[in-house]
Amino acid sequence: MTEDTKFHHGDAVKDVAPIVEMKEIEKHFGNIIALAGVSFDVKPGECHCLLGDNGAGKSTFIKTMSGVHKPTKGEIYFEGQPMSFDTPRDAMEAGIATVFQDLAMIPLMSVTRNFFMGREPTKGKGLLKRFDIDHANQVCMEEMRKMGINLRGPDQAVGTLSGGERQTVAIARAVYFGAKILILDEPTSALGVRQTSNVLATIDRVRRQGIGVVFISHNVRHAMAVGDRFTVLNRGKTLGTARRGEISPEELQDMMAGGQEMAELEGSLGGTV
Amino acid sequence: MTESAQVSVDERIKQESFLAKLMKRPELGAIAGAILVCIFFLITADPAMFTLSGVMNFMTPAAQLGILAIGAALLMIGGEFDLSIGSMVAFSGLFFGVCVVTWQLPLVLSIPMTFAFAAAVGAINGNIVIRSGLPSFIVTLAFLFILRGLSLVGLKMATGGSTQLRGVRDQVENDWLAPVFSGEAFGGLFAWLAELGVVETFKNGAPKVPGIPVEILWFIAITLAATYVLLRTPAGNWIFASGGDKVAASNSGVPVNRVKISLFMLTACCAALVAIITVMDAGSTDARRGFQKEFEAIIAAVIGGCLLTGGYGSAIGAFFGSIIFGMVVIGLTYTDFDQDWFQVFLGAMLLIAVLFNNAIRKRVTGER
Repeated sequence: MTEDTKFHHGDAVKDVAPIVEMKEIEKHFGNIIALAGVSFDVKPGECHCLLGDNGAGKSTFIKTMSGVHKPTKGEIYFEGQPMSFDTPRDAMEAGIATVFQDLAMIPLMSVTRNFFMGREPTKGKGLLKRFDIDHANQVCMEEMRKMGINLRGPDQAVGTLSGGERQTVAIARAVYFGAKILILDEPTSALGVRQTSNVLATIDRVRRQGIGVVFISHNVRHAMAVGDRFTVLNRGKTLGTARRGEISPEELQDMMAGGQEMAELEGSLGGTV
Repeated sequence: MTESAQVSVDERIKQESFLAKLMKRPELGAIAGAILVCIFFLITADPAMFTLSGVMNFMTPAAQLGILAIGAALLMIGGEFDLSIGSMVAFSGLFFGVCVVTWQLPLVLSIPMTFAFAAAVGAINGNIVIRSGLPSFIVTLAFLFILRGLSLVGLKMATGGSTQLRGVRDQVENDWLAPVFSGEAFGGLFAWLAELGVVETFKNGAPKVPGIPVEILWFIAITLAATYVLLRTPAGNWIFASGGDKVAASNSGVPVNRVKISLFMLTACCAALVAIITVMDAGSTDARRGFQKEFEAIIAAVIGGCLLTGGYGSAIGAFFGSIIFGMVVIGLTYTDFDQDWFQVFLGAMLLIAVLFNNAIRKRVTGER
């Protein structure tokens, strides 16, 4: 099904080389196999949804992609070159930005301080090298305005923002710092209806700038609203990738849940899940 | 970006009053407290307390505590505690004493060695906390006793049985570096002011206050430096971030472990500075030096607006927290009150400060 949404969908993604390509990734923690052969790639300007139920290995997978974990087996190519990241910082510098579920935001700190956390702009040299707070404030207000959020002031504490706004700050931050790939870990899971559509609209805006978005979710409807391609992860394995229009939400739902039992469940619930 | 999103002012956000904005400053509580304490002593205490010599009188202990409190405040903002700083004063005092008296080293060597030694102990503290993941409270509590015990044992070894190491003054008296760490600064200025009759003098014409005790200058300099680092450098942002949420901070690329270990080292160096100043001042070192200073320093930091959970606070606040402390300790001697009220007062201040900080935090984060 291709229920048309108000969002733009990338069409040219077919022939473009992927920015990141991961082949047959495996990750073991002791005797636990968290990932048992996952293949995934992201192209510029597309939104690739990674769907999977709780425990399917989504989190382990993104952590591998963003440099937190090293894969036990498998290859990662970044812009065609084999790549291995030692720290999240390496991945970040290469252009892989991750917005984790906890958003990496500190409620007590101001929006600006959060925005530039770990990458503060400086001016001056040597001992006089200092945090250029005026410039930082200005950039932060401007970037947030572009994303449709009018801050009371750059010194507003993040704790006073709503969940959707925080999500947007995190996304704006990643985009500002030159992300080529933006990994969003369940960005809509804790949000209300209105905030969800705001975040989805933000994803659409980001994609239009030619950034590859990896959208992790277990909500098929949210994924369908913005996704160009869909990959389903189940029990540590990818069950294949489908292009937009090639698959229906019901099929995706079934694949995520592992088919049969879900069909039975759904029957008893009258097809409402 | 081709399209600029529609932005409208949210009609549900009220204009903030000036007072509400002021309430969000972490140091407000300490400044308000200092003013209140000032007013209290202006009414109850002998007017001598607020003469120049009276002010120097209460600023000196305030400064000695304050140097520790600034270190403790930075560490608390960074999300950790150090209960061993009081013992650290004794321990680095012992090391300094041994350098000067036993090894007969000049200050230009003894002082950097003492700082390096303190920093190394701080690094051990920090590394244990970071690598074990245990609360710093418990690790540094262990060091509170370890360092105090080592100071005692070490002193006995260095002196052959005594818990006091004397003779520091004779060794450092003529050292060119001594005026930086002991005595009074701006003696010439005060003598000149005395000649002009601006400041009070003794009968022989010497000023009653021969100068500003150096620890006060160190205290002010460290406060300014700490405030600058916190508010105007990337390192300051990292300190807030590490204390606010270390996972979030390290996911954003903040070197959290390095920040925290550096803060432990810095705190230990603050203790070493206090040790150097007080040992040179007293001319000897003993095992009780810095006794219970860790609690006083943490109390001053908390009065100054630092949250026990980290990520929030200010050096200016700790500055005023320490001044409150000094004023109360010394101020009670200028009044008719029993001096032992001091402890009651201290506990009450702490309680009020924590309640106040808690309310402020809720305001800042918009919790309800």
